[in-house]
Amino acid sequence: MSTVIDRKDGVHSPRRRALLQVGAAAAGGLLFGFETVRAAADEAGRRGSGSVFAPNAFIRIDTHGRITLIMPQVEMGQGVYTSLAMILAEELDAAFEQIVLEAAPPNEKLYANPTFGVQATGNSNSIRAFWMPLRKAAAATRSLLVQAAARTWKVDPGSCSTDSSSVIHAASGRKLAYGALAGAAMAGTVPADPPLKSIQQFKLIGKPLKRLDTPDKVNGVAAFGIDALPAGVKFATLAACPVFGGSVQHVDDRAARAVPGVRQVVVLDNLVAVVGDHTWAAMRGLAALDIVWNEGVNAHLDQAQIWDQIATASNAAGAVAKSVGDADKGLAAGQKLEAVYRLPFLAHAPMEPMNCTVHVRPDGCEIWVGTQVAARTQAIAAKVCNLPLDKVIVHNHLLGGGFGRRLEVDGTEKAVRVAQHVDGPVKVIWSREEDIQHDIYRPLYYDRLAASVSDGRINGWHHRITGSAVIARWLPPAFQKGIDIDAVDSAVDIPYDIPNLRIEYVRDEPPGVPTGFWRGVGPDNNVFAIESFIDELAAASHKDPVAFRRNLLQGKPRLQTVLDLAAGKAGWGSPLPQRPGQRSGRGIAAQIAFASFIATVAEVEVGSDGEVRVRRIVCCVDTGIVVNPDTVIAQVQGGLIFGLTAALYGSITIGKGRVQQTNFNDYRMLRIDQAPAIEVHLLPSEAPPGGIGETGTAAAPPAVGNAIYAATGIRLRQLPIDRDILAGRRKQ
Amino acid sequence: MTTLRAQSGAAAVRTLIVVALVALLGLIVYLARAVSGGPMDFAERGTAPAAGYSGADPTGVPAELAGASLTARGEYLTRAADCEACHTSNGGQRFAGGRAFVLPIGTLFSPNITPDADTGIGSWSDADFLRAVHRGIARDGTRLYPAFPYASYTYLSDNDVAAIKAYLFSLPPVRAVAPANTLAFPFNQRWLMALWSSMFNPDRRFSANAAMSPQWNRGAYVAEALEHCGECHTPRNLLQALNHRKKYAGGTIDGWHAYNITGDKESGVGAWSDSELAQYLSAGHASGHGTAAGPMAEAVDVSLHYLTQADIDALAAYVRSVPAIASSDVPARLAGPAPASHSQGVTAGIDPRGKEIFEGACVGCHGWTGVSPLTPYATLIGARAVNDPSAMNVVQVLLDGERRGNDPADPFMPSFQGAYSDTEIAAVANYVVARFGSQPSKVTPEQVAARRQQARSSGT
Amino acid sequence: MITLRINGENRTVDAAADVPLLWALRDLLGLTGTKFGCGIAQCGACTVHLDGKAVRSCMLPISSIGDRAITTIEGVGKTPIGASVQKAWLDLEVVQCGYCQSGQIMSAAALLAVTPNPDDADIDAAMSGNICRCGTYVRIRAAIKLAAKATSG
Ligand code: FES
Ligand code: FES
Repeated sequence: MSTVIDRKDGVHSPRRRALLQVGAAAAGGLLFGFETVRAAADEAGRRGSGSVFAPNAFIRIDTHGRITLIMPQVEMGQGVYTSLAMILAEELDAAFEQIVLEAAPPNEKLYANPTFGVQATGNSNSIRAFWMPLRKAAAATRSLLVQAAARTWKVDPGSCSTDSSSVIHAASGRKLAYGALAGAAMAGTVPADPPLKSIQQFKLIGKPLKRLDTPDKVNGVAAFGIDALPAGVKFATLAACPVFGGSVQHVDDRAARAVPGVRQVVVLDNLVAVVGDHTWAAMRGLAALDIVWNEGVNAHLDQAQIWDQIATASNAAGAVAKSVGDADKGLAAGQKLEAVYRLPFLAHAPMEPMNCTVHVRPDGCEIWVGTQVAARTQAIAAKVCNLPLDKVIVHNHLLGGGFGRRLEVDGTEKAVRVAQHVDGPVKVIWSREEDIQHDIYRPLYYDRLAASVSDGRINGWHHRITGSAVIARWLPPAFQKGIDIDAVDSAVDIPYDIPNLRIEYVRDEPPGVPTGFWRGVGPDNNVFAIESFIDELAAASHKDPVAFRRNLLQGKPRLQTVLDLAAGKAGWGSPLPQRPGQRSGRGIAAQIAFASFIATVAEVEVGSDGEVRVRRIVCCVDTGIVVNPDTVIAQVQGGLIFGLTAALYGSITIGKGRVQQTNFNDYRMLRIDQAPAIEVHLLPSEAPPGGIGETGTAAAPPAVGNAIYAATGIRLRQLPIDRDILAGRRKQ
Repeated sequence: MTTLRAQSGAAAVRTLIVVALVALLGLIVYLARAVSGGPMDFAERGTAPAAGYSGADPTGVPAELAGASLTARGEYLTRAADCEACHTSNGGQRFAGGRAFVLPIGTLFSPNITPDADTGIGSWSDADFLRAVHRGIARDGTRLYPAFPYASYTYLSDNDVAAIKAYLFSLPPVRAVAPANTLAFPFNQRWLMALWSSMFNPDRRFSANAAMSPQWNRGAYVAEALEHCGECHTPRNLLQALNHRKKYAGGTIDGWHAYNITGDKESGVGAWSDSELAQYLSAGHASGHGTAAGPMAEAVDVSLHYLTQADIDALAAYVRSVPAIASSDVPARLAGPAPASHSQGVTAGIDPRGKEIFEGACVGCHGWTGVSPLTPYATLIGARAVNDPSAMNVVQVLLDGERRGNDPADPFMPSFQGAYSDTEIAAVANYVVARFGSQPSKVTPEQVAARRQQARSSGT
Repeated sequence: MITLRINGENRTVDAAADVPLLWALRDLLGLTGTKFGCGIAQCGACTVHLDGKAVRSCMLPISSIGDRAITTIEGVGKTPIGASVQKAWLDLEVVQCGYCQSGQIMSAAALLAVTPNPDDADIDAAMSGNICRCGTYVRIRAAIKLAAKATSG
């Protein structure tokens, strides 16, 4: 395959981009979207009107036939470079191998994600958000090319077809390559509503194509943010006050300056950085600093205090996110169950630690980084340096894992502040310890659930979610009427047939601890709480967990179908091998999240010592139209592992105002020898595409929890799983 | 009448019991002292006055520092006496005290020895300080617990104690009150320590042994008066005094095993070369003999590491002169490297989870052979910890990790207690001992839990 | 000045003896394919070969290497085993974000060099030190078996 990603400097800067546009135009290239930029910007600014997102700014075809896709979403492993390129190539009828990718520069007006109104990659929505806009852009482009060929041949455009980057006139046997038509096509007018292919006409979509970004990732060539090496770069590492919100009181840097290779010590109000000839010198220098911190108001904060606060907050009624029928009346009828579910803080710990390379000059600032939010990156740097936006150049790179961590710009902000004191470019790398101890954490959650059941039906349901409102900080306009739409995501769409329900949200911000989005976001909490509690209801009703759910999913045939399939593929009901000293069991969880319908069966073994081994996971997925099925399967596999890590080990705790975990020795990751066998089954579907990257992460914990219950009769209502409880050494 | 007689009868019985107890106590004291002996008794002519000694004065600082200021000499001696380790809490300021010592009878906290007038020793006179260091009596007359090794420090010369005090008083005062001790009755009765002291503190200064070389004498002073090696490496009797009859044959401290350092070829350090011994003392590591961890690593880092080469050599020579004692707890044979393949060399009956954790979290540093591919500090082959079937130190280092200093270039092992269960720690400890040691261990999760508990209460 | 033999070439580094190979490669020699993940030999992202054996370069001082041959991800494709591992990785689309994959591939190639037909236990033993946060483990296992099949004919 000859397709390449132009990776020389990651993503082109606005300056570079402008040059390219000018150059291309001068060379007779075809630049779609120029005329309609403003319209697009206006549309992009209007949240929720995604379907009219204008087809522009994404495509460039030069006279050599090179088709460049300006990639609005960042590649962090989810395969989006390939999937979006496939969508484009499909509607354009382009030869896939002729497509070149260029990551979009920071430009909130042109490249905002239509679902956020922010230039951001997240919430498993790249395909969902760009499915129609890219297809329309490509179809419009294709139509212009056809018009140009028809004019050249003086034939009816309707008599022309396209294939493999060429317009074809079958009747006369004539054919013109897109490159040859690029100049002429500029004269045409963009059709308002170009016809789109039907699903049956898809040639690429639905095929397991090889990813475009992988060849460079198996030979060390791919450039992540951390790999940027601008000429003359120096290397730095930093430490923020270990206590959240603290500041620097005093720094003695004599010993640090004596470390070979150390060049400079930068002391700012709340962080200290050491700059050196290489990262190791910087790290040794940082360790040699004698820093006295003002620990501030959080100096005595601890985990118990945080739990107490959220538990207390959850006693009060919250904002009602959804109400159907009369929940209280429903709860009064039948057998009533109540439970509290809790989830801990989590760090993202992407394999690429936080880093950012910055060159601050008097008249500008240049940044090399891998970010999920390029425009916000540019904006924060402009703000720190007090520069206009266009003086900040952002070279966006491949991300060595995002998981929500790189939706934040704290890393860029710190790096720019350090770089302001450094002559020349400086690469600021966080140690893994700094990365884990100064993350923006997945919030802890406290869920109160109550339901009443009779005859296998749920009469009433009450779910009160208490937790931090990340949306209120990250996207303030979306925080309306006291409801964090992410925190209640999946809870308000509970798929089961329940005549009376009420979903409430209580905002409770943990003292001191910054919170943010984490792979799986709201559904991580809600799917775990709901699917565990549904299992409790099934048990209380003496019903099989699959049958109980099935019966309540009459109105959700897509979910019912994956449920049946998962149960069948997993051998639900058949005996599991029993090994001495081990209790084994199967658990199921069903979910509608990110517009995907998923059922997951986990098989676990629990030792008498409380140790848990997940043996196998079967996951059945209806995510609508699948663009690249192999990528979808990979995302579900990876998402499940990510969720298993959280279920088995994930916990960030606070003591004396500090995060107590440091590195992978105490913030533990699942390793290959603990990874279960994973089967993913995709259902064919003609529904619009759903999101997939985060679904597995939400699916794994409840499936495992339910399997543990099946094996032991013990219901764990808090993650990570507590082996002492399973061994009988401790009560819940 | 009958009542009265009964009462006087009871009183008589009580008196008898008291007399018997006192007699018993006397006997115990006699036996304990007789059995324990003095720390240098093993040497020819014991510690007889140095009538004929003509070598250099074994006390004081090494020749290099002879002309140094009082505080500079005090600094060397303070380091050599390893005051910092005990008088600095985890993450706390140097010498400000507060370090917890978890004993079966309760928890002791070391006091602040910075010159803060209220909370430290700022108002102490030289005589006060001397009395505390030599006799274990605080300024206010209260008796100190022998966790403070005054039975060793008693051998320090008055001049050296004065220099140490001068150094401590040159440091910035730190206001810090150590937490109150939590000893249970009767151990909270400090006057009992007077009794203990009268039995076990010889209360005499070091005097050279004319029969031995000047190097030996210096080594003896460094080992006994300053470094107080025996406080960890010599086993204790029932009354917690050092049993010098088994000098350096191994002891237990803070849940760590302090190994036999007598000249026994198999269970001691008899097979080590002089340079290996010296290297281990000054660097905490000697090729083929593993790496110091826990309290020994700390002694190296804050104390031994600062000794001059001559003092290290003297110390090594002195340790060498201690009679060999074969101890049962350390196996005689050290294993060679384990097979390079994971599938070989593992004894059956080991919890497979041990291997699983090893292959994930340990093998990168320690290798399947136990010979580290990265640094000799991480080589397990020859380390006494993995040849100790109690696996006590292996468990400790798995739980606590090891950080030798703050520099990333220093030897380092992460702590695994935060994310690994007692079952897992026990499993990996047993696997490591089975793979790299000469005898298998049988650590149980309960033992790991107990160690964890102990570490928790000492705040480490 | 320390001379290192990297991917068949002699390279000199002007740095202190204690500098770990990882940082010499990345910062001083521009070989950024070898990745930093943890710095404490817990994640495997920094894995390179020393005389064909997988080692964690983040804790390997450059002064301790001597004349042993260093192979990095940039050079491993020149060996038949390395090339077949890379091919299997592409054939099975192992990679997600890709950040851990340099280390994974180096560990896998070292495994196949001594164990041409690894079973699951061999794979566990060789690969468990390599964390993949994206969770590509299922495919890594399959790709190693595929590469084994390809190399052992
Ligand atoms: S960076 Fe070397 S093992 Fe993680
Ligand atoms: S592919 Fe992303 S960490 Fe492994």
